[in-house]
Order: sequence, then C-alpha cells, then structure tokens
Amino acid sequence: MIEREQVLHVAKLARLGLSEEEVERMAGELSGILEHVDRIGELELDDVPPTSHVVELENVLRADEPHESLDRDVALAQAPDPVDGAFRVPSPQAEG
Amino acid sequence: MTDMLELTAVQAQEAMASGDFSPAEYGKAWAEAAAEDELNAYLWRDGNGDAEAISVEEPSLAPVAVKDIFCTEGVPTTAGSRILEGYRPAYTSTAVRRLIEAGAPVLGKTNMDEFAMGSSNENSAYGPVLNPWDRGRVPGGSSGGSAAVVAGGLAPWAIGTDTGGSIRQPASLCGIVGLKPTYGAISRYGMIAFASSLDQCGPLTRDVRDAALMLSVLQGADPCDSTSVGLGEAPSLPDREDLRGLRFAVPSELARDAIEPGVREVFEATLARIEQLGGEIAEAPLPHAEHGISAYYVIAPAEASSNLARYDGVRYGMRSEGSGDLIEMYETTRAEGFGSEVKRRIMLGTYALSSGYYDAYYGQAQKVRTKIASDFSAAFAEFDFVVTPTSPSVAFGLGEKTSDPLAMYLNDFFTVPMSLAGIPAISIPAGLAEPAGGGPRLPVGFQIAAPAFAEQKLLAAAHALEGAIGFDARPEGVRG
Repeated sequence: MIEREQVLHVAKLARLGLSEEEVERMAGELSGILEHVDRIGELELDDVPPTSHVVELENVLRADEPHESLDRDVALAQAPDPVDGAFRVPSPQAEG
Repeated sequence: MTDMLELTAVQAQEAMASGDFSPAEYGKAWAEAAAEDELNAYLWRDGNGDAEAISVEEPSLAPVAVKDIFCTEGVPTTAGSRILEGYRPAYTSTAVRRLIEAGAPVLGKTNMDEFAMGSSNENSAYGPVLNPWDRGRVPGGSSGGSAAVVAGGLAPWAIGTDTGGSIRQPASLCGIVGLKPTYGAISRYGMIAFASSLDQCGPLTRDVRDAALMLSVLQGADPCDSTSVGLGEAPSLPDREDLRGLRFAVPSELARDAIEPGVREVFEATLARIEQLGGEIAEAPLPHAEHGISAYYVIAPAEASSNLARYDGVRYGMRSEGSGDLIEMYETTRAEGFGSEVKRRIMLGTYALSSGYYDAYYGQAQKVRTKIASDFSAAFAEFDFVVTPTSPSVAFGLGEKTSDPLAMYLNDFFTVPMSLAGIPAISIPAGLAEPAGGGPRLPVGFQIAAPAFAEQKLLAAAHALEGAIGFDARPEGVRG
C-alpha cells in the first residue's frame, strides 16, 4: 500500500507537481498496479542475470573529428525563453 | 481504371512505375482523402509544401502517414502531449528521412496516446481517435491514429512505434497488418523516446507485402543510433503460399479464459487454416510470459521516468507562466504539460527506481525479462513461430476502461512478452467477431512471433496465411 507521504516524496524526486486530488488518486492507483506487479517478487530468480538490453553490443565509438552541428540559433529557436545565445531560467534561489 | 485509392502501396508503386497514373495525381487523391478525416486521426496534414524539409522531389512510393512521435523538421511534432504543443523540431528522424529518400512523401502526422503510453488512444492531449469500424469504440493504441487512417481509407500506409504492443494491438483492433520488427532493425534516431530498450518503429499497412516493402525502406544500421544494427539484408516481397514444413507453437499456458469468446473462435479457426496450409501446430511452454505485464510495467515506466526528465520547460516545449524559483517552474510546467497517464507512469517508474525499492522492482523485472527471453529461445529451438491472439478482445468502447489503469494495461497481455524479448511479431487480420457485450462484428488480429532477425521468414508465413484467410471486410463507406 502506497501512503500519501510516499506519493509526495516520489513526486518531489520526479519534479512533478500534483494537485491534492491527484495525490489521493495516485496513492490508490499505484497501490493497485504494484499489487499486481508484486507477483514477480515471489519468483525464485536469485541466480538469473538481469537483462537491461536485448541487443548484444559492444560500445560503439566514432572518430573524434569535428563535424557539422546545429547552429546555435536553430538550437535555441524552440526554447520558451532564449536570451543572448542562452537558455534563460528562473533563479534557482527562491526570491524573497 | 480501378480507383487508385483501392490499390495497396505495392500495387500503386508498380502502377506509377508503368505510367498508369502519375505520382502527382496519386498524391493529390490521397491528400483529398486525408482531408476527409472525421476520426480525429490526423494532428497535422501536409498543406502543399509548408514543410520544405520533408518534401519529395520525385515521388515514387505511396505517401505515408507518420505517427506524431517522429521528429520532422519544421513540422509540428507533439507526441500527443500538451508539453510539446507548437514544437517544430530542427531535424528529421532517420525513419522519416529514409521514407523521403525512397520517394514516399509525408501525408500527415497521426494522433497517438501521449508519449505512446496507452492502449486506446484516449490518452492524447488532442482528443481520442475514433475506430473507423464503430465510432463509439477505440482504435487501440498507442499508434491509434496510424491504424485508423489506414483502416479508414485516409492513408495508404503508415508508420508507428511499438513498445509493448503499440503497433500490433491497434492494427488488430482496426483490421489491418501491423509489424513490430526485431529491436535494432530500424533506427530510433529522432523517434521521441518512451522506453529506450523496448521502443521500435514499424509499419501499419493493408497487407503483408506492403509491410515488407515498408520494412525494406526503414531497416538498416544508423550511426545516429548505436543500438540499430539493421536486418543485414533488406527483406524482399513475400510470395509464399503454403506453410509446409513450418512448426507453430501455441503457448501451453495461453490464458484461454481471458480471451473473449468471439476472439477465441477466430483464433482456433486460424490455427485450423495453418494446418490446412501444411503447417504443424503444437503446444510449447512459455511459463514466464504471464509475468510479462508485471515486468513491463516496471521496466517501461522506469525508463520513461528517466527519458521524460528532459521536459522541463527550458530547451523546448511549453513553460508554465507561473512565477517562482527554478524548481517550482519545473514542477508546474510538468504538472500542466503532462496528462494523467504520463504522470502515473513517471510516478510508477520513479518509485521503482527509488532507493530501497530498486532491487525488488527494477532488478527483479530485469530478471523476469531474461526468463521470458529464454522461454522464447527454448520454443524456437523446436518451432519456427509462436502464435497467439494479438489482443484478448475486439475494440472496446470509448471510456470503457479509462477508470481502471490495470484493466487497460492487461490489453497488452499477448504483445508485451515479444517486446521484452526483442523479437519480431506481426498482427494480421484473421476475421470478424462479435464483441462480448454484443453488437456488430469487429476485426480480430492473429499474432505471429519469430526469432530475432527472422523477418523474411515471418513475412513469408504471414503472407501465406493472409492469402488463405482472405480477409476483405472493410468499415462501412471505406473503399478497397
């Protein structure tokens, strides 16, 4: 069972604002889903290696040579608040 | 002359090559057909060259409908999310670039569940897509728009993405062909990421030969995606007509009780057809497949919670107008920009990766993934294919499952195991069946899975079976 405090903690980790109503609903829904998921906890898999990826690949490397890239203006064009060739964001320090 | 729009993409390619009609005439006819969209299936349609970067000088292939998850330079690309409203990418995905270079113009961008999270297309920020067979029902998801335009006569063919069934399930619910290739067959570059170890691009088409043609265009290694390896050799158009010497496995644990009676009937009838064509059917154990949903709904949300961290209101997309400090801006932007299913998955994934729960959830799910993959390997040591229904039910009603996330997730019961194992699987229409609650009959999909990189063999068998089934039903008012 997921408690309200856990929902708030996880939402903080995910930088996700939730309304009061969403916090309530999320606690119930996540509990229901995790109850189903918990069944895999009963499987004996101690000696089984985990699979993170299905394609067996070595690191793929390329030559470290300069090549064409996006223009800075193009890269900034979709930003909500570009200024002087940079992305502007609110201050990380709370005002006041 | 037959109606151009009745032709498959392969037939149209041949007709244009031999001069029966011009690519310009054909493209115009499809643009007009697409403009008749009453299904909310398109989010953007080509308006006579307002997207220079994706224009095709000399078209030679049928125009393609592209799921709105593929970045296309200068064209709005939303992934079905409010957070990307108005976003116009600075570059084009490899899949779309390959189509353009092969001579296939982009007809439009199709609606989808937000960030490909959903099985009904009801999670789009731009409203649900309606199923062309019955507008009170869902087309499936998350590539619901791509399935609906092909089934509804609004596009000759389409591309989508499949993470746990998002090509195969909507193809099944709309009565068309949907192929999820082997993981790594097609580049993911420019395909907005949901769960990177599972996401794969693939075709949604009218028949198996069209799927083969589309796959031959899309496949190949790409320096921009280090996990793309291609198929080695582009598949040729299948022409096989029998299944002699081929062995088909039905999972011995197949949960027949969980399958709608009408779907079960079509499934059994299709098994009988395989035998008529000379194929052999037997049961094979896949004991861990039933845990696929549990493993998937840990792994996919975990990867998603990481992938979706990039939507923070800084570099692209929307930013909340509210004041406050940086953290507050992140939190309110994401609160306003994401829909409820995306929030649910971010929460689920963040929880599963958080300190104290990582081993119990994420670690354990990765081990289940290993077991599912080795179950398939064992089956393929004796069999050529594994077959199941694609979806436990025909298309369900709009709003029927929205209040119960777990019931919605169980739609993916038969498609998720193949995604976890990274193997190719195709859904072909196998017949019509009455919904459990009664009503007009609706399409049923039949899923065939093959070993990794065995696409050519999979397409050959699917083509033979498709010919024997002879599915020619169409939604009311749709040509072809």
